[in-house]
Amino acid sequence: MLILTCPCCGVTGEETEFHGGGEAHLKRFGPGSSEGEFHDYLFSKVNPKGVHLERWRHNNGCGKWFHAARDTVTMEIYGTYPAQTTEPPQDIRDAITAKRPGWSWREFA
Amino acid sequence: MSNMVSALNGASAKGFVEVRDMGLQGMITLRGDLNAAKLKKAARAVGGADMPEQGHISLGDTGGAAWMSPDELLVLVPYTEVDARLSEIAKAMGDDHHLAVNVSDARCMFGVSGDDALVREALAKLMPVDLSARAFQPGQFRRSRMAQVPAALWMQAEGEARIVCFRSVAQYVFDLLKGATSPGSEVRYLAR
Repeated sequence: MLILTCPCCGVTGEETEFHGGGEAHLKRFGPGSSEGEFHDYLFSKVNPKGVHLERWRHNNGCGKWFHAARDTVTMEIYGTYPAQTTEPPQDIRDAITAKRPGWSWREFA
Repeated sequence: MSNMVSALNGASAKGFVEVRDMGLQGMITLRGDLNAAKLKKAARAVGGADMPEQGHISLGDTGGAAWMSPDELLVLVPYTEVDARLSEIAKAMGDDHHLAVNVSDARCMFGVSGDDALVREALAKLMPVDLSARAFQPGQFRRSRMAQVPAALWMQAEGEARIVCFRSVAQYVFDLLKGATSPGSEVRYLAR
């Protein structure tokens, strides 16, 4: 059971109050991109063992989207941060590094 | 004019605490920039209560205002005055970006009353929320789920909870509450 804190309304709730929205920080490849890029944008998602950055929605609450950094092995939530970011903020990175030194996720480390 | 009734027309059930449909309640969804002075002023005037803090509800004599999300308030007003209050909001907000809609007939409100600890215990069976008296106090407002449907909850007073849910699931929520309060099903975790 994951315990998430919504950064929009400040509510700390358990998993069933939220809904997972898949991988975070996707870069869109639309018109003008190659077929390979578009394919990867649509289908090539990471499925890491360990640190994972995801989108979540507080669907039984304030209804807002946000980002969460969690560990797929220990089910620990390193932190949540607003959806209006293109990369994880420094405090989230520090929290992950404290538990998992040398971690990396896509282009972030 | 047609006879307006709430979803369950005042149904009630008496278990170890009492559950009842609260009847017609005027509700206005007010969305916009909650930090804007104009919106704060309009919400105060229409709801007849102070602007609620994040995660809280403020209640006045005839209504109140609840904090739904960073850009949304639920304003409680008497059912018959909704249209008048809506035009008040429109006048107060002018051209400023906002949304005010009458949602009175899209929602329904339940009351659960009785011994404070038993009321909390009945609701805790249905919602993934810490309902201990220390964690959830009168004045706090929590949107969550009740079994399988979204619901919002606050304590009107000690031993007096209010629940707002969608009208379409009114019977479902009533049956849930009725089951959770059926005599003999006390958990005796919060209530000793």
